Amino acid sequence: MTDELLQPTAENASPVAKPETISEPAPAEKPAVSATPAAIEVRGLSIGYGRRVVLENLNFRIEPGQIVTILGGSGCGKSTLLKHIIGLYKPLAGDILINGRSIVNANPEEKRSIMSEFGVAYQGGALFRSLNLAENIALPMEELTNWSRDEIRKRTSEKLALVHLDGFENYMPSDLSGGMIKRAAFARALALDPKLLFFDEPSAGLDPLTSDMLDNVILEIREKTHATIMMVTHELPSIFRVSDRVIMLSAEKKGVVDDGAPAYLRDHSADDYVRSFLSRGGTFNSNDDEPGAAP
Amino acid sequence: MKSPTDSVIRCGDMILQLKEEAVSLVSFLGDTTAAMWEGICHPKRLRWKDFLFYMNTCGPDGLPITIMISALMGVVLAYQAEVQSHKYGADNFLPMVIGCTILRELGPLMVAIVATGRSGSAFAAEIGTMKISEELDALRTMGIRPARFLVVPKMWAMLLMLPLLTAIGDFVGCAGGYMVMKTELGMPLDVFLRLTQQGVAVKYFIEGILKSVVFAYIITLTGCWRGFRTGSDAIAVGRSTTSAVVTSILFIVLADAFLAKIFTVFYGWGS
Repeated sequence: MTDELLQPTAENASPVAKPETISEPAPAEKPAVSATPAAIEVRGLSIGYGRRVVLENLNFRIEPGQIVTILGGSGCGKSTLLKHIIGLYKPLAGDILINGRSIVNANPEEKRSIMSEFGVAYQGGALFRSLNLAENIALPMEELTNWSRDEIRKRTSEKLALVHLDGFENYMPSDLSGGMIKRAAFARALALDPKLLFFDEPSAGLDPLTSDMLDNVILEIREKTHATIMMVTHELPSIFRVSDRVIMLSAEKKGVVDDGAPAYLRDHSADDYVRSFLSRGGTFNSNDDEPGAAP
Repeated sequence: MKSPTDSVIRCGDMILQLKEEAVSLVSFLGDTTAAMWEGICHPKRLRWKDFLFYMNTCGPDGLPITIMISALMGVVLAYQAEVQSHKYGADNFLPMVIGCTILRELGPLMVAIVATGRSGSAFAAEIGTMKISEELDALRTMGIRPARFLVVPKMWAMLLMLPLLTAIGDFVGCAGGYMVMKTELGMPLDVFLRLTQQGVAVKYFIEGILKSVVFAYIITLTGCWRGFRTGSDAIAVGRSTTSAVVTSILFIVLADAFLAKIFTVFYGWGS
């Protein structure tokens, strides 16, 4: 693998401008360079714990409206990268722009303001166990807006309906199944109608049918809210079903090894690791219905 | 065999760790105090439901054990004092000794230690578990300050309940002392009350209550701080719970010594 792949730039990280080593252009995507700020822009980012560098010199842009999956082997730093992007950790170097605003260099007040512009659904749901489902969804609205109680109640019902959990308002998180907790987490992430959503392992530990239902929910959310969605997941069927783009990380190379539409990368990536990783789940039909499929 | 260099390195690491802990505690203290102030300025933003819940867990739920410990403490103190004072014919001083000791020192101290074991450890475990299940991360990414959301209701509840428990503990402790006076010396209640009134001033009671306010702040602050510093596994929750209790008791005793000096020297409350 060449250094270009180890140290991707803003240009080569886009699915259109592929890294030099990939001979054919990636299809099905529009040019990355745009007058409007990217939903997420990562510039020269290095992250790690203490002195241990996990990923270095990452550069990529995620355009508004895309569903992007961060993919890679276990321990390659996917979740760590996500936690840096959402501002929970401070990077070793580089910058992260959310809708054009730096979350790395923001003061605490600005950072809270940037954070309130996106929604996050955590791997385990992270619902507050002392609150029922409706209270969990209503919490960001109660804390961060001046909406009336009726308005909050109405919006809570809408969000629960969006994830097919209407009727479960008074249930406690401990009374819900794994799939319901994930959907509730989606609903809470959507509470303030953010244009940017982060999902950490949305279908981890769920049976195939529940995973499939969650994929439908994600696609519905995108269709109804036009939000940009960044996911971290290992579930190949989900990736092929919902992702427009995959950013593939490698622990060995401490960076992005490839970046593009999932079906395209599976069939045409210049990197053996990427091709074998994406093919491992068996045969995935790259038909035209798949958002990430090559034409 | 460990070389002297290893010991120096270990010592250095320990000092750095202590420094890091101190910085973290001071920063948490600042954050909590700012959040408390915000609560005073905007009382509507206080999470009243949580506040009432913690008032119940810190207060009424802890009442039976507080009463039991305080009564036994009064009994033990009176019995030990009686054995010694009887030798010198100083039985008349016993109600004063019991009253002063319980109201100024043992009452607030024992009630605070019980509250540390019950509530301080529970705060650490609750917040530690929330950290492991990413609930704290969820709060942060929602743009909500965890200190305001999690610490402030607990702090107000403890600040109200601990002085109340201390007052009850003081009363029950003195009653325990009277039981010994009655059974061992046959002292009537009116004599006990008169002798107590002669030797124990109201300011001693106030001193104990003021101490309990400081102890309440310490218990909540330490418990929550340890919870926020929990590691990422289940064992870490147990560790932070233990550490919350140990640290809290240490700080309570230190604060007690400091306050005893302040009240005695600067305000002349010892005389």
